[in-house]
Amino acid sequence: MLKGLFTTLKMALEKPVTIQYPEHKRPVSTRFKGRHTLKRYDNGLEKCIGCSLCSAACPADAIFVEAAENSDEVRYSPGERYASTYEINMIRCIFCGYCQDACPTEAIVLGDQYELSFRDRFTSIYTKEALLEAVPDGVQTTPQKTLPNQFNRSVPVMENPKD
Amino acid sequence: MAERISLLIDNQTVSVPIGTLVVDAAKLVGIDIPVFCHHPKMEPVGMCRLCLVEIGRPVRDRTSGELVKDETGAVKVAFSGKLETSCTTQVSEGMVVKTTTPEVSEARNSMLEFLLTSHPLDCPICDKGGECPLQNLTLRYGPGISQFPYDDKKHLAKELPLGELIILDRERCIQCGRCVRFQHEIVDDPVLQFRARGRSMEIQTNSDPGFDSIFSGNTTDVCPVGALTTVDFRFGARPWELRQVASICTQCPVGCNITINLRREVKSGGGATIKRIMPRQNEQVNEIWICDKGRLGHHFVESERRLTQPLIRKDGELVPASWEEAYQLVEDQLRAENTRLVTLAGGRLANEDLFNLFQLTDSKRGKPVLYSQMAGGDLTAQIGLSAGSNLGEMGKGSVILVIASDLHQEAPIWWLRVKQAVKRGATLIVAGARPTRLEKYATHVLRYKYGEEAAVLAAFSHSSDVNNENRAAVEALSAAEDGVIFYGSDGLGLTGSEHLAKACARLIVDHKFYGRKNNGLIAVWDAANTQGAWDMGFRPDRNLKGTLREADLLLVAAADPAGDDPAFAKAVQEADFVVVFELFMTATAQLADVVFPVLAQPEREGSFTSGERRAQRFNRVIERRDGPRPDYEISGHIARLMGLNLEEKSPVLVMNQIASKVPAYSEVSYTTMSAVSPQWPIIGRADMYYGGTSYDNKEGLGVSLPSAADRGEELSLGALIFTDSPAETSAGLRLIPVTALYDRGQMLQDTIQLALRLAPQALLMHPVTAAVYGVQDGEMVQVSTSQWEMEYSILVNDSLPEDVALVTRSNGLPVQAPIFVQIQRQRKGEGD
Repeated sequence: MLKGLFTTLKMALEKPVTIQYPEHKRPVSTRFKGRHTLKRYDNGLEKCIGCSLCSAACPADAIFVEAAENSDEVRYSPGERYASTYEINMIRCIFCGYCQDACPTEAIVLGDQYELSFRDRFTSIYTKEALLEAVPDGVQTTPQKTLPNQFNRSVPVMENPKD
Repeated sequence: MAERISLLIDNQTVSVPIGTLVVDAAKLVGIDIPVFCHHPKMEPVGMCRLCLVEIGRPVRDRTSGELVKDETGAVKVAFSGKLETSCTTQVSEGMVVKTTTPEVSEARNSMLEFLLTSHPLDCPICDKGGECPLQNLTLRYGPGISQFPYDDKKHLAKELPLGELIILDRERCIQCGRCVRFQHEIVDDPVLQFRARGRSMEIQTNSDPGFDSIFSGNTTDVCPVGALTTVDFRFGARPWELRQVASICTQCPVGCNITINLRREVKSGGGATIKRIMPRQNEQVNEIWICDKGRLGHHFVESERRLTQPLIRKDGELVPASWEEAYQLVEDQLRAENTRLVTLAGGRLANEDLFNLFQLTDSKRGKPVLYSQMAGGDLTAQIGLSAGSNLGEMGKGSVILVIASDLHQEAPIWWLRVKQAVKRGATLIVAGARPTRLEKYATHVLRYKYGEEAAVLAAFSHSSDVNNENRAAVEALSAAEDGVIFYGSDGLGLTGSEHLAKACARLIVDHKFYGRKNNGLIAVWDAANTQGAWDMGFRPDRNLKGTLREADLLLVAAADPAGDDPAFAKAVQEADFVVVFELFMTATAQLADVVFPVLAQPEREGSFTSGERRAQRFNRVIERRDGPRPDYEISGHIARLMGLNLEEKSPVLVMNQIASKVPAYSEVSYTTMSAVSPQWPIIGRADMYYGGTSYDNKEGLGVSLPSAADRGEELSLGALIFTDSPAETSAGLRLIPVTALYDRGQMLQDTIQLALRLAPQALLMHPVTAAVYGVQDGEMVQVSTSQWEMEYSILVNDSLPEDVALVTRSNGLPVQAPIFVQIQRQRKGEGD
């Protein structure tokens, strides 16, 4: 009995395993696949070019993309094409990460956010505004007005993997 | 039948006609030889070098000419030291072709690697990505990696509009020349060229406006990469996201088979939106081409102007009402005693709509009137183009006579097909009052004055008193085995058209050009289904104004008489009760007592009868919108309220009734119209590298209707004489209505892409005529008759006949038939 009480006492003095969620949050692993984020370049332009390959790769048919044409006056992303509509239905999503693999510009990344709860089916559809990350400090948000021929490539010049 | 040759391709014995190219022979037996520059509809050039194969030919002894045999007794085959291009090599007897050897694979691999050195690989944003022959062939035959440095790729500005319809991306171009050859060889609009050489070679346009061709959209189909794209579909969707539904083009009487691509979109609330129109192969109708009007003219379907609910007139105002109320009102009118019912229907309606409307009208002893300025549908039904005919087969020994029609503008694909028949050896006689594009290919050109159409045809019957030029044409017509006559409405009103149709029919009968394949009369109708309207029983009315005015109950479907002519507007106002079936709030609808909103053609099923008298079905492409209903349903429902046994639920059932009542349609059903048979060249999704992105036809080739002569019935053609309508004389300038492809009709108003190509809103006249009236090129004048007065401009063109002015139909001026007008210069300083 003493032995048992001793174990209890020992455990009581140790640091608790549980954390006080939601006040405290456990850091997630670097490879964690949470809710998607649409990334931006440092200059604030969206990486997404509306190519719809994520939608084609998606096994759950959770992604819907509509594209439109950029101009130098109204520019969302480098190159000619941008996503005018980008929606992910989070109840359909199975967080497999195929979209991330398919993306030619590394625009869509499954990030570390796992807090997803919905009261109805409509709020489960994340729109482009919800998915896009915030612009870096001091940078203008999209659409931007840019100089002619400054951003005429949609897909950044590819390099062979370094490692 | 041409002599056949047998050869061995990959150990398969193939028998093909002499002159066949190796690549086509291989395709016939299902062996794919990859190509970029070769296209089965065009002449071979051997530019892309992808079709290299090993070709061996039997060895012959030089002295005796005998085939040399080896020890085993088999014929010895000598292979040339190098690979040969299979797209430029014709088959020869005993030829042995190998397409799968390591040397061939290596050659393909290298060619693709080389092509990709100057290709941007921006597949993610390329409209062709997903249906791109370069992408597909690279995956299948190409290298996985490139030995060439990525940085050496050429970089040019991405977007280079060739015109306002087609955009070129020079980086993507692989210089196969298909677009250039299409423009030169097939449609003879040589507005594209190559500029510079080698890696710097570029496509350029030399016309103003850029890429000035009514067939320009087809170059985007034959382009094997995403170098040419249409503004309409640019970044519209990825090809794999699109659904395909078969339909029939509504823009002209050719009845081109089309496939409509759709996808769900936010703007239509998650419903399907039409993304693009693609040609669907039908070698007997449109081959694999469509004109730009058909390709871009779909925007009316999603127009904001569409009517959505029934309207009834209350206290002088049109107010929304329920369907029951509207039906009740019409039923009350129909039940009234001694109602003089007049039904005015346009050629835009489907056969099913027209049948129901006709039966309803007939049951009330009403008058079914076709809203058209052309006559002769009864003649085409009897001695029209015979069943099984194919313009694509006409060649040597055939004669084609085109009179009073600018086919290039009225029915572009017929123009193309007639031009090709001439290339195959057919004799073409073009009779016209003014020069048209078709005359370039004509063996004989006959020029007459407007109003003397029948007189010029009379020469073909009495060959004694004709001048030399006409004599040659007359002899050509008499000597031909097969003959087809096209007649149009260039410069003709209904009366003139009646005389012309009779004269044409007389020629057909005199020369026995009927009742046999590839013979007969074709009317270049003003609408897609005018022939169907005639077949269902509608007839145009010479005294339309009087008929409209005297109607107690006037049903108007797919016609806008009030919008077309102020005189008709007055007549419609005088009719007691007007019911309109419409897509839009037209001028006629505004005068109506009841307006029924109808579904647009892609929103419903039905069938059209083309000018060649081929009954073809179209499917429901997009979901039916709430509110509007199809015409056959509305008329069928009214008929049922009246106790008639007509169908309202489905056009399939209506067609069954048509088949039992109209003899020409006895074989027509939705099943027979959906029948398909193999076609050459092989087109389709799996063969995009070969024939382009046109769709293969799995949904039906239609039924070629037998004429009364084909069925062996006794003909009742009436008196067929060569007379013209008596020339009217009056003071003022004679205005001649002609047809232009891009007019300002209701159906084209939402296609803003074509805004710059619309026909000029001007009186076209010869400089001499302009001088007589003291007007100058580009000047605005006041044009007036006793009925109306409008401002219009003047365009001077010295190729036109003198003493008259030409004006485009549906382009602002209410001119349906030749009329006399007064023109007055505007006083200086006014309007500035």
